[in-house]
Amino acid sequence: MQSNATLEYDYSIVKLFIWTAVIFGFVGMLIGVLIAAQLAFPDLNYLLGEYGTFSRLRPLHTNVVVYGFTLSGIWASFYYSGQRVLKVSINESGFLKALTKLHFLLYLVIAALMVLSLLMGITANKEYAQMEWPLDVIVVLTWVIFGIIMFGLIGLRREKTLYISMWYYIAFFLGVAMLYLFNNMEVPTKFFSGGLGAWYHSVSMYAGTNDALVQWWWGHNAVAFVFTVPIIAMIYYFLPKESGQAVYSYKLSLLSFWGLMFVYLWAGGHHLVWSTVPDWMQTMGSVFSVVLILPSWGSAINMLLTMKGEWNQLTENPLIKFMVLASTFYMLSTLEGPIQSVKSVNAIAHFTDWIPGHVHDGVLGWVAFMVFAALMHMAPRVFKREIYSKSLLEAQFWIQTIAVVLYFTSMWIAGITQGMMWRAVDEYGNLVYSFIDTVSVLHPYYAIRAFGGLLYLIGVLMFAWNIFKTATAGRRLEQEPRYRSPMA
Amino acid sequence: MTSVEIEQLRIYLYLIGTGLAVVIFYYYIIHLYRSEKKGKKDYEKYGKLALDDELDSQILEKNPKLENDKKE
Repeated sequence: MQSNATLEYDYSIVKLFIWTAVIFGFVGMLIGVLIAAQLAFPDLNYLLGEYGTFSRLRPLHTNVVVYGFTLSGIWASFYYSGQRVLKVSINESGFLKALTKLHFLLYLVIAALMVLSLLMGITANKEYAQMEWPLDVIVVLTWVIFGIIMFGLIGLRREKTLYISMWYYIAFFLGVAMLYLFNNMEVPTKFFSGGLGAWYHSVSMYAGTNDALVQWWWGHNAVAFVFTVPIIAMIYYFLPKESGQAVYSYKLSLLSFWGLMFVYLWAGGHHLVWSTVPDWMQTMGSVFSVVLILPSWGSAINMLLTMKGEWNQLTENPLIKFMVLASTFYMLSTLEGPIQSVKSVNAIAHFTDWIPGHVHDGVLGWVAFMVFAALMHMAPRVFKREIYSKSLLEAQFWIQTIAVVLYFTSMWIAGITQGMMWRAVDEYGNLVYSFIDTVSVLHPYYAIRAFGGLLYLIGVLMFAWNIFKTATAGRRLEQEPRYRSPMA
Repeated sequence: MTSVEIEQLRIYLYLIGTGLAVVIFYYYIIHLYRSEKKGKKDYEKYGKLALDDELDSQILEKNPKLENDKKE
């Protein structure tokens, strides 16, 4: 063990994940804009033959933004803030440092194989779990390595108490590990079904309704343990640190943590309301979704109250703007979700565009805003340079805020219109509208969504440029900033 | 056991489990406030862990397992 005086936090792995977050963020959202445009203008499906069709690109979009952009942002944040709140450097263990490199290397291998296989149409056909079994094996290996690093750092820590962010990172690790394993139980057909199909093909170990239940237990918890739990870990560290204010109520953070852990796991059933799963299970999904408002708002209100007496920072510091709006969108999204899960509302909302609208006000407003703020907070510390442009960051904030509003409002209107038209019947009980009627009516809203997506993508480009210039041309910093990030 | 009985058992287990979890959860709230009132633990001080996070920052509570080989 080295003494603290000669030790420094090791940011080499943080930098690598910052770059992958930026690259995957741009690529994933570029595909998102393209497929949004395809829905409005179907001829765009034929740009790249079979590789450019909506059906090939849609899973690529979700996988790249979830497992590329978001996971990279989460890991950059974990390797940065994890070391700091535990007061231990990765440099203190050669073994852990080597594992971080292996972690990144395997991550790149999975990313490359995932993009290739999905483009080729090789898929396990489950939402957020499209990767085929050979890739799942590498994912599990990578996850185990990440776990060893995390618990290794915890074992070496100087602080006895784990800061609340670490609780959430541990939950992120355990939750994904458990659910991913259960949902990806697959039978490779070549080896276990009489030599059927290619060696990489598989079918789910579960059948019918059971498969749907396990799938949405995972599917919704991918939202819980990738899009919520680690993002809360991030905001609990980065908002207090950037603002210089300790979290408003530590007790509330503990309470919200346990509330979220208990409730979130059982809310996935709301994806199967009005389906063939047992009725009580559908009700359980709805009830737990409504109860979920409490722990979700507990964290979000805790974050907003952390800014008590310091609201001037909201006008002065664009990073605070990003984080405060992120927690506000978290509140919006976690109110909207429970509303959609109520059976009577779900009867209209299910399968409509209101659902992607809900997903995107959460991911664009909450998840991505928080990732942007975290990466930008880390940039001056890891690159030891001032943030290149404050005005660019401000412009990005406003462009992307307008973009999110355009996205979700257009999808609210489109979704409710769609739901009402599907259900409309005349006095004899015949359907009033055919499917194509709804498609024609929705065209303007799809165009607005694509435009909103384009605006958001422009914001991502501004962000990528700002990060790149910060790393290469920002004014050098003599000392690491304590709280507020310096920006030109 | 018939499938109807299994279904009923599931429902009762679900209700009992939920009730139990609610009791544990509320007890946890009481436990947090009571231990702070009695002076056993000051939870709010842990908020400082995010702010004082340099390697040479004052350690709030030393990890007892590492006290011997990690002296400042």
